[in-house]
Amino acid sequence: MYFKPRASEKLANPTLQRALANFKERFVGARTEAVAQVPNFEELREAAKAIRNRALANLDLLLEEFERNATARGARVHWAEDAEAAARIICEIARTHGVKKVVKSKSMVSEECNVNDALEAQGVQVVETDLGEYILQLAKEPPSHIIAPVVHKSRDEISDLFAEKHGTPRKTEIAALCREARDVLRPHFLSADMGISGANFIVAETGTTLIVTNEGNGRMVTTLPRVHVAITGIEKVVPTLEDVALLLRVLTRSATGQPISNYVSFTTGVKGAGDLDGAEHFHIVLVDGGRSKLLGSDLWEALRCIRCGACMNHCPVYQTVGGHAYGWVYPGPIGSIVTPAYVGIENALDLPNASTLCNQCGVVCPVKIPLPDLQRKLREQQVDRGLRPWTERAALRLWAWVAQRPGLYALGTGIAVRMLSAMGGKERLLHSLPGASGWTGGRDLPAPAGRTFRELYRKRAVRQ
Amino acid sequence: MSARDSILNRIRAVKARGEAPAAAARNEIGEYIRTHPESPRPTGDWELVPQFRRMAAAMSSTVDDVAALGDVPGAVAMYLKGQSLPLEAVCWPQLANLDWAAAGIRIHTGRAQGADMVGVTGAFCAIAETGTLLALSGEDTPASASLVPETHIAVVPVSRIVRGMEDAFALVRAERGQPPRAMNFISGPSRTGDIELNITLGAHGPFRVHILLVQG
Ligand code: SF4
Repeated sequence: MYFKPRASEKLANPTLQRALANFKERFVGARTEAVAQVPNFEELREAAKAIRNRALANLDLLLEEFERNATARGARVHWAEDAEAAARIICEIARTHGVKKVVKSKSMVSEECNVNDALEAQGVQVVETDLGEYILQLAKEPPSHIIAPVVHKSRDEISDLFAEKHGTPRKTEIAALCREARDVLRPHFLSADMGISGANFIVAETGTTLIVTNEGNGRMVTTLPRVHVAITGIEKVVPTLEDVALLLRVLTRSATGQPISNYVSFTTGVKGAGDLDGAEHFHIVLVDGGRSKLLGSDLWEALRCIRCGACMNHCPVYQTVGGHAYGWVYPGPIGSIVTPAYVGIENALDLPNASTLCNQCGVVCPVKIPLPDLQRKLREQQVDRGLRPWTERAALRLWAWVAQRPGLYALGTGIAVRMLSAMGGKERLLHSLPGASGWTGGRDLPAPAGRTFRELYRKRAVRQ
Repeated sequence: MSARDSILNRIRAVKARGEAPAAAARNEIGEYIRTHPESPRPTGDWELVPQFRRMAAAMSSTVDDVAALGDVPGAVAMYLKGQSLPLEAVCWPQLANLDWAAAGIRIHTGRAQGADMVGVTGAFCAIAETGTLLALSGEDTPASASLVPETHIAVVPVSRIVRGMEDAFALVRAERGQPPRAMNFISGPSRTGDIELNITLGAHGPFRVHILLVQG
C-alpha cells in the first residue's frame, strides 16, 4: 500500500479537490452546530467511552449472551475467523436458500470481506442499494469515506455515469438523479431473495442487530427479502438497549450533525407468526478478522470506534487527499490504526506517518480514542521491527553517533549552518537543497542565521 | 476447534480468564444487563408535546391535530386532497375499522406493494426528544406500510409521547416483554446526502411523513 504516490495524484485532481473543500465545510460545521445544542456533550462522550470499554472488557461474555438470545428468537449466529471465512459463510447461506438476487445496504465489514465478489463468482446477482454504494458499484470504485462513500465524485461525473449505465437522458439536477436511482432500485428490492445489511451495534440483552440509516434502503433490505444476513465485527456488541440509546446520541451528532438519523432499525429474530412482512430466515455473521488480536495489543482502544467518521472529517490530511489515498476500507485517522492492525503492519507503513499528530481527531472522537497516541505507538513498532527504510535508519544511526560526540557535533553543525547561511544569500531563503527536495519542492526553507544555538548561548552566557 | 471457540478463547486469553470465565465477571455483567442502567441524557428544559412538534418539524415531518380517533379518516382525506394525492392507501389492520369509506378513502390492509402511493400507520409510541415515531412490527402492524409508499401518514395519540428512547424501550419491555422482529424508529422522510452532500428528501423510503396527533 503506497500512500505517498497516491496522495500526490489526489492533490493534482481538481474535481477531488473541489469535492473535498465542500466536504470539509459541511461536515465540520454540522458537527459543531449539533454539539453546541447539547450542553453536556462532554458528559455524554465520557459515558459513551465507558459503555464501549465495558463492552470490550466483557467481549467474550457479551458475545455468548448475544448468541444465546439471538438464537432463542430463531436467528442463526455464524462466526468467521477472517474475511475469507465470512465470504464463504455468506456464499453458503445463499446456496442453501437458493438465492439468485441479493440487495445490500451499506456495510463496511462486507467491504473488508469482499462479499460481493464472492457471491458474484457463484452466479448470484448483488445490487448495492445505498445511493453512494450503488454509484460506486456502477463505477467499479471503492468507497472513499465510511459514511459518505462517494464524496469524491462530482454531480457531473454521476450524471455521465447514470446516462451511460441506465441508457437514460442525462440529468443534472441532484433530485432527478436520486429519483432515477430510486426508480431503478425499487424493482430489485421487491424481487430479491436475500438482503445483506451491516450492524452498527448488536445488543447482548435482546440478541438484536441494528442499523442507523437515512435513505430507507436498509429498512427495505431487512424487511422485504425472505432471507436476511447481517454481517458485522465482533467488537460491535453492547450490553443493553439503554447503551444503544446513549451511543446513538453521540454517533449521529458526530457523523452528520443530526440529533438522530431518519431510521434506526432494530431487528430481533425472524418474523413473527402471522406477520405480513419480515425475513423468514435471519443469519448473523460475526467477523473477527484481526479484532481479537487487536484487543490484546496496546492499540486496543481503537476497538471502541463506532464508525462515525468524525476523525476523518476533521483530519487535515484526509481533507487534503481524500479517502482513496489510504488504500483500504477504512481511511483517515482510524484507518491509519486499523488497516495496519488488520492487514499487517508491514503492508501499511505510510499510514501511521500520514499524520501531523495534531489531535483534531482525538478532540472530536465521540468515544475518546487517543488516535495520535496510537499512531505514535505504531510508529514505534515499525522502528522496533526494523521496518523503516534503510536510508532513514542509517541517517538516524549516523546522527546518534555524532550526537554522542559533542566536539564533533559542534564542529559539524558549525560548518553546516555557515554553509546554509551562505547559500541562503540576501533573501535568507533556500529554494532548493540536495537531499531535502521533499521539503523545498513545495516551499522555501528559511536559511539559518550563521551561528549554531550553542555558539549563541555561550556568547550570551559570557555577556551576563 | 470451531471458529467460535478459537475466537472466544483468544478473547479469554487477553482477559486472562482461562477456559471457564470467572463467575464474578459473569455475575457482574449479568447484573448490568438485568438492571440495564441509563446513561446521562442531554440536558434541556422542555415540555413533551411542544418538543415533539418542534423536533418532528426539524426532521421535516409535518404535524396536524385531530380531536379524536374517529376524526382521522377526514383529516387524512383533507391532507391527501391538499397534496393532490389519490384517496387510496395501504393501512395497518390495526386502524382498518375506522370509517374510511365515509371519508371517501379506499384502503387495503395487505403487505405494502410497489403501487401503493400512501401508507397509513399508527405508532407504538413517539419520542419527544427527537420528534421520532416508533413502529413495532406485528400481525396488525406490518413494517412495510411506513416504508414502501411515497407518503407515510402516522396516527399518534398524544398520550403515547414519551421523553427519550430509553422510555420507549421501557414501554416495550413493560407491554411486550421483548422487541418484535422489527423495531423501527422513524424521524421524518427518507433522505440522502450522497451526491455532493446535498440533502435530498425521498431516497428509497417516503418523500413525506405526516403525523396526526390524536388529542383524546
Ligand atoms: S475513531 Fe472515533 S471519530 Fe473516528 S470513526 Fe471511530 S468513533 Fe468516529
